[in-house]
Amino acid sequence: MELSRRTAVSLALALAAIALPATALAGKTLDAVKQRGEVVCGVNTSAPGFSATDSQGRWKGLDVDVCRAVAAAVLGSAEKVKFVPLNSQQRFAALQAGEIDILSRNTTWTLTRDASLGIVFTGIDYFDGQGFMVPKKLKVESAKKLGGATVCVQAGTTSEKNVADYFLANGIKYKSVVFDTAEAIQSAFFSGRCQAYTTDMSDLAGARTKTAKPQDYVILPEVISKEPLGPSVRRGDDEWFAIVKWALYAMIEAEEDGITQANADQLKAESKDPGVQRMLGAGDDTGKLLGLDKDWSYRIAKQVGNYGESFEANLGPKTPLGLPRGANKLWSKGGLLYAPPVR
Amino acid sequence: MALLGGLALAGALLWRNTRQNLAARQIRSGFGFLGQTAGFDIGEGLVPYAPTDTYLLAFAAGVANTLRVAVVGIVLATVLGTLVGLGRLSRNALVRWLCTGYVEVLRNVPLIIQLFAWYLVATEILPEAASPIELAPHVYLSKGGLQFPHPVWARGWAWALAAVPPGLAAAWALVRWARARRGRTGHGPRLGWAAVLLAFAFPLAGWLAGGAPRAFELPEVTRFNVSGGVSLTPEFLALLVGLVTFTAAFIAEIVRSGVLAVPHGQAEAAAALGLAPRQAMRLVILPQALRVIVPPLTSQFLNLTKNSSLAVAIGYPDVVSIANTAINQNGQALECIVVIMSVYLTINLVTALGMGWYNRRVALVEG
Amino acid sequence: MDPKASLPEPGAAREPPPAPAGPLSWIRRSLFSSVPSALATLLLAAALFRALPAAVGWLFTGAVWAPDYEACRRLEYRAACWGFVAEKHRLVLFGRYPWAEQWRPLVATLLVVAALAASAHPRCWRRWLLPAWAGVLAAFFLLVRGGALGLSYVEPGLWGGLPLTVLLTLVGVSASIPLGVVLALGRRSRLPVARGAAALYIEMARGVPLITVLFVASFLFPLLLPQGLRLDVLARVAIGITLFQAAYMAEVVRGGLQGLPKGQTEAAASLGLGWWQTQRRVVLPQALVLVIPSFVNSLLSTFMDTSLVTVVSMYDLTGALRLALGDPQWRNFFIEGYLFVGAVYFVCCLAMSRYSHWLERRLGRWARRPEASAA
Repeated sequence: MELSRRTAVSLALALAAIALPATALAGKTLDAVKQRGEVVCGVNTSAPGFSATDSQGRWKGLDVDVCRAVAAAVLGSAEKVKFVPLNSQQRFAALQAGEIDILSRNTTWTLTRDASLGIVFTGIDYFDGQGFMVPKKLKVESAKKLGGATVCVQAGTTSEKNVADYFLANGIKYKSVVFDTAEAIQSAFFSGRCQAYTTDMSDLAGARTKTAKPQDYVILPEVISKEPLGPSVRRGDDEWFAIVKWALYAMIEAEEDGITQANADQLKAESKDPGVQRMLGAGDDTGKLLGLDKDWSYRIAKQVGNYGESFEANLGPKTPLGLPRGANKLWSKGGLLYAPPVR
Repeated sequence: MALLGGLALAGALLWRNTRQNLAARQIRSGFGFLGQTAGFDIGEGLVPYAPTDTYLLAFAAGVANTLRVAVVGIVLATVLGTLVGLGRLSRNALVRWLCTGYVEVLRNVPLIIQLFAWYLVATEILPEAASPIELAPHVYLSKGGLQFPHPVWARGWAWALAAVPPGLAAAWALVRWARARRGRTGHGPRLGWAAVLLAFAFPLAGWLAGGAPRAFELPEVTRFNVSGGVSLTPEFLALLVGLVTFTAAFIAEIVRSGVLAVPHGQAEAAAALGLAPRQAMRLVILPQALRVIVPPLTSQFLNLTKNSSLAVAIGYPDVVSIANTAINQNGQALECIVVIMSVYLTINLVTALGMGWYNRRVALVEG
Repeated sequence: MDPKASLPEPGAAREPPPAPAGPLSWIRRSLFSSVPSALATLLLAAALFRALPAAVGWLFTGAVWAPDYEACRRLEYRAACWGFVAEKHRLVLFGRYPWAEQWRPLVATLLVVAALAASAHPRCWRRWLLPAWAGVLAAFFLLVRGGALGLSYVEPGLWGGLPLTVLLTLVGVSASIPLGVVLALGRRSRLPVARGAAALYIEMARGVPLITVLFVASFLFPLLLPQGLRLDVLARVAIGITLFQAAYMAEVVRGGLQGLPKGQTEAAASLGLGWWQTQRRVVLPQALVLVIPSFVNSLLSTFMDTSLVTVVSMYDLTGALRLALGDPQWRNFFIEGYLFVGAVYFVCCLAMSRYSHWLERRLGRWARRPEASAA
């Protein structure tokens, strides 16, 4: 029985078959994206409002729209995106390894992440904060009354560090239960294993939509940390960094200028405002400086919409999450969203 | 030789790639991070740890948690496994069938499924932590775990603990003296119970001498939880019960094959000598069966220790779980994985050496 | 006194006592042979009489079999809601594979099962078995992956459920066999460097849990590969499982090599065969056949170990169950879900372990025959 040669053949067949699906070259990201014909975007496995699939399997959310904006700017169509769902353990490794081009996964921008993981954040698409959710029947009105409670928190997130700091600063004793996936945490919290769940407020609202009885849970008013969420890219590729950064700013600037999906064409034809004209590709060519064509911001406004439209469709009062704009209003309306001039 | 050369070349290439990739992605490397503040909390453990402590202490707490579940698990699994194994050899058909059913079912379902099932039973079926079941006065069982009283540490308990080794030594000496005397003269008192009493008398004396402290820390039902006393979380309980029942099924098989490996003539000779079945098992069969049992038993102990790493799936903070958190916090995957592997290899080595020593003691000494 | 008077008369030969027969005497012997035994029987029988009807009742009577959430909710846990299995069984068995194409992994899995059944009997172990298996593996990949012969391409990230478990098991075992053989030969080699390296690898791989190997696969492999080369997570996990199983396979093969009489290598040397020729034509064929039951045990343990990939977020059978239980409506029926998946694993693993026992007895009879014929 000539074992070795034949098993070697089987082995070669098997390994070749596995290796085939996924080898690709990741050189300069913009060139690779153009060659591939699609943007590979790392998103959350299921974060309602930011990146989740609807019942037809289409990806929807604020983070999803940011990636679609990049695709519209670079490749001409907002549909040329491949979404890769990642859990919180895989997210940075996937970006570092080159498996994805953008990480748009409601990730908090911190110094440690910016400086030591080999990635760099391009901007903030949602100003969030960390809060607590408790079952209504416990009748707790404030986070300061959570002494002695068991708190569910996800491993390796900023939430874990922040809740430790908060309770330490307020001298409150607590017990923590730590899981590695959001699904495990939510399962533990909704089964009653712990009395409180702490993570970003937007995550709490999203998790609440996943239970059979959302009205049984209340989100406490205290905001215990700053959680600026934003997309990130690999370090060392300045060209791609600039494109992703300005794609987000284009969405914000579009809202400032009053450009919506509905009126983009009309404004392009009729508007006399030079700022609006630049945004819609009818004025100076800003795209050339980024390595894109003239209509890059027009396509974003037309195919994806401005920031306000995306917010209303994914996170606003009409959605199950029902979040107020809060700090995410434009600077001119009292919020924190401020885009440098697109010129 | 060519193969070795090829392997060395491959190794060098991989190393070069790693260094290039780390540099290109500007990820820190080196074990310096162990001195930094960890910043995350660990839900339970024997080692006093706060989020302001270093990564090194966090890993130490993880190792302590791993050992905690491994040692208790090994003891309980051996006891349960031996009982079930002997039960499979019982004359009583009902006992035999039940034990066989237990072994067949638990050996053929993956451990991670059993752990998930136990954990869901613990967190879905038990009552809320604010309204627990009271199994005994001040012993509470709920979603928050099992809580029971423990004595408040005082001088009397310290002396009692210190008196345990001398007590055991005295009991051991007494038993040996009685045995030697019986060997010399053919008769002498059976001092088994006296030895047990002696082993208990020493710590009792120490406790009395230290002032007979009777203060206990009792768990109390508070607003959210039961607090105070010894607290065993549902993660620990689910992991322990899952590991013990799973490993006991394998140990039962090992015990059974060990007992069956002893030639039947031994049992017959013991019966001919007038020994009762229990005496025959204890004095004749089990000592010989131990030779066959100990090597596979060692590997089951090691398997239990390695299987305790599944704790990361149900939220018990063992060393793998903590390394996972550390990798997510600081991105230094290589160093953290090296730490976990060295921990397990060390535990492996120590257990193998210990059981090897025991194996040589029960090994067949051919005349 | 007459010395002969005290001796008894030799009487007629007596019949042996009647052998115990009949069910009544069996019950008395086995269930009530002594007081502790009788007590145990009574206690256990009492417990079973209370528990068994209740369990069977909960499982079957009044249970909801249709995928009707309202009916299940109305049950309030008094009976089993098999509607959960009816509703979600395709998600659990096939993961996130596209709904319309799920016939493809089904056919691929059935093909593998048929191939396993066909190669079960020792009579089928001929030269064409290995190429046949290579063909089955290739067909499996083709069906599940698509991209040729008119089948649409399905990316590996969507493969899941039972076919993924089967795939990882098969690739893990078949790729670890040659590596294990190399390691076993290395460990028995005369060169100290080869022996040391092989022993080091084997002891290290057997000393760490599979979860750490999976972590290495998902976190470290991307660092080890040259810049610009990417491997899918499925490939990385498969390589991790292979490297891990290779150490156990090496020990199995080493047992076989040690079980071979030394006379075989001496006879081969006297025939003038070189080392590699000896291994290839004389030693390995006999040694590997000797340890085939242990191979089957390795297959069984790899099959059970693949359930761990749910920790690195791959949706094998266990992971797909957790995905199904994430649905807020159905998450309370986790008992039915775990019973279903547990039953699937149990049936497969029990079949494999029974086969391994049968094979061992069968091969034991074969192994004795050459000595008898040589005598």
